[in-house]
Amino acid sequence: MKSEIITLGHGSGAGLTRKLIEEVFDKNFQLPTLDDAVEIENRMVVTTDAHVVKPIFFPGGDIGKLSVTGTVNDVSMSGAIPKYLLSAFIIEEGFKIADLKKIVESMKHAAEEAGVHIIAGDTKVVEKGKADGMYITTTGIGFLPAGVNLTSKNIQPGDKIIVNGTLGDHTVAIINAREKLELDPTPQSDCASLNGLVQLMLKNGKIKFLRDATRGGVATILNEVTEEINLGIIIEEDAVPIKDATRAVCGLLGLDPLYMANEGKLVLFVSGETSNLIAEMKKHELGKDSSTIGEVTTEVKGVYLRTSIGGLRPLLMLESDPLPRIC
Amino acid sequence: MELSNFRNPELIKKIVTELQGWKKPVKFMEVCGSHTMAIGHWGIRKLLPETISLISGPGCPVCVTPSSVIDSLIDLKDVTIATFGDLIRVPGNKGTLEQARAKGLDVRMIYSPMEALEMAREKETVFVGIGFETTIPGIAYTIMEASRQNLKNFSVLPAFKLIPPALDALLSAKDTEVDGFILPGHVSVIIGSDAYNLLPEKFGIGGVVTGFEPLDILVGIKKLTDQIKAEKPEIENEYSRVVTGKGNMQAQEIIYKVLEVEDALWRGLGWIPKSGLGRREEFEEFDATKKYGITITDTEEQTGCRCGDVLKGKIIPPECPLFGKVCNPNNPIGPCMVSSEGSCAAYYKYER
Repeated sequence: MKSEIITLGHGSGAGLTRKLIEEVFDKNFQLPTLDDAVEIENRMVVTTDAHVVKPIFFPGGDIGKLSVTGTVNDVSMSGAIPKYLLSAFIIEEGFKIADLKKIVESMKHAAEEAGVHIIAGDTKVVEKGKADGMYITTTGIGFLPAGVNLTSKNIQPGDKIIVNGTLGDHTVAIINAREKLELDPTPQSDCASLNGLVQLMLKNGKIKFLRDATRGGVATILNEVTEEINLGIIIEEDAVPIKDATRAVCGLLGLDPLYMANEGKLVLFVSGETSNLIAEMKKHELGKDSSTIGEVTTEVKGVYLRTSIGGLRPLLMLESDPLPRIC
Repeated sequence: MELSNFRNPELIKKIVTELQGWKKPVKFMEVCGSHTMAIGHWGIRKLLPETISLISGPGCPVCVTPSSVIDSLIDLKDVTIATFGDLIRVPGNKGTLEQARAKGLDVRMIYSPMEALEMAREKETVFVGIGFETTIPGIAYTIMEASRQNLKNFSVLPAFKLIPPALDALLSAKDTEVDGFILPGHVSVIIGSDAYNLLPEKFGIGGVVTGFEPLDILVGIKKLTDQIKAEKPEIENEYSRVVTGKGNMQAQEIIYKVLEVEDALWRGLGWIPKSGLGRREEFEEFDATKKYGITITDTEEQTGCRCGDVLKGKIIPPECPLFGKVCNPNNPIGPCMVSSEGSCAAYYKYER
């Protein structure tokens, strides 16, 4: 590995993270899959996810809610129904117990909403200045319904690509809170459990593959998928749902919503007729702004965006977090 | 006109058709990195006839920041370094600020220089003062604030650059062939379009100040071809919705209250007379070069990187032997590959 120390880029979810997993972790563990969740036995699926976020409380959620929804979503993307969570807390010395209570109550609420039970956990305390307040790791367990087998191997040319709503909301909420941009109205994180929506989708469409568009955003997922399936993808810029506030922040800072993290958005690959599926998704609270954004194709290799003025440009895999620009 | 019309496919098609008939080979330089990105982003090069080529200029603030600035920051002890984000992956001779951060240097990415004032309340803070006329007023204002609040923990490492003197130097050196300039929109909001009058007057080359939407850029190109056809080089202002002839006088006042013109070192271009800004004497306590005894010198190592020629518009990025081979966004050899505004990054991302 070229840079011999860990940089923040290794945690970006983009190319450097991938390299770290392949060259360090997978090399030693020989993982059965590099997907977020894995089926172990008897249709049982497990996943684990560490949650670090600054600020801990943000508009639309907090680290507690995020630690539940993030893991529920990782289980759900396999098509499984999440049932149980285990949670481990690393807390910084000096953290207010009142704040801890708020976070735990928020976890309880999010778990109830998602229909999962938090069944065990662990607590560690580290010295002042060590853990940004707190980190939470959650492990999720779920069960695959009969007949569900979602894998990128299912994807074929002509399959449609759908997202369940506006992209970049979580990142904009965090940037606004962290950088005190004071946007009005205050942008809210989209942080939500998607298990209900996923089960509804499975009933209404020929779903091939699902991914939640967290770190790295939709563009990173699409790039990973095209690498795995050796096909191309064309995204229609005009079809990508993005809030005006997100567009404005991105224009200002030189960021691209297609690469921004979401916490309640998924990308689905589906074949056949999709109008009924989209109609059903739009009836769901978390799918109101669902949109078909593109298609799998043999026309190109890799991922391309058809711009609103008709140009075609590549959406490359980033190696690291995108940097905001100076002017 | 509604902003969305600047992306109207019908209007764009009309102007592209007109441009398609252009016969005489011409080279236009887009001075500003944001234009390079917008041109790539919208696929504008592919909409133009072969006779019109667009070359990039020196207008990427991160790209022209000397290694010596980055190295001096890496050498600082017990201070917070506050910087705009895109500088942190630019390699100096001692690596990048991002690598230095992983080894313990307190480097923080900020969006506004005023955030650095907040940091200075807790700890000695150095703000990296890079940028062109667009960003300089905000930084100058921050220095005024630091002075007003008597915040002795705060200083700025001045590495400011000015666009018109750089264009003057490029053209005077006679190694850049340009038939017209697409002039920076945001810089011009501050300095006004009159600031470029030297281009037609001294060099007989015209320019159009343009915005960043696809139609803005295409109209700018069309106007340049019209000027050439009429043999009347002049400075035109396509971006009149925000740019005036004289610019923002208040912002200019703030700049020159705090800073004064001096020679500046441009990475890839060398020293250019009167092309930068340093602090005025009454603000010397906020000058990091004075506070920490920093001298900015030309220390660029020979890596084979041809960013300098790219910034001068002498070559396009794919003509550099390192481009896309050893030099890519993950392993940038030169600064033009790092910044999202850099020509090499734009070519790598959009034009391969």
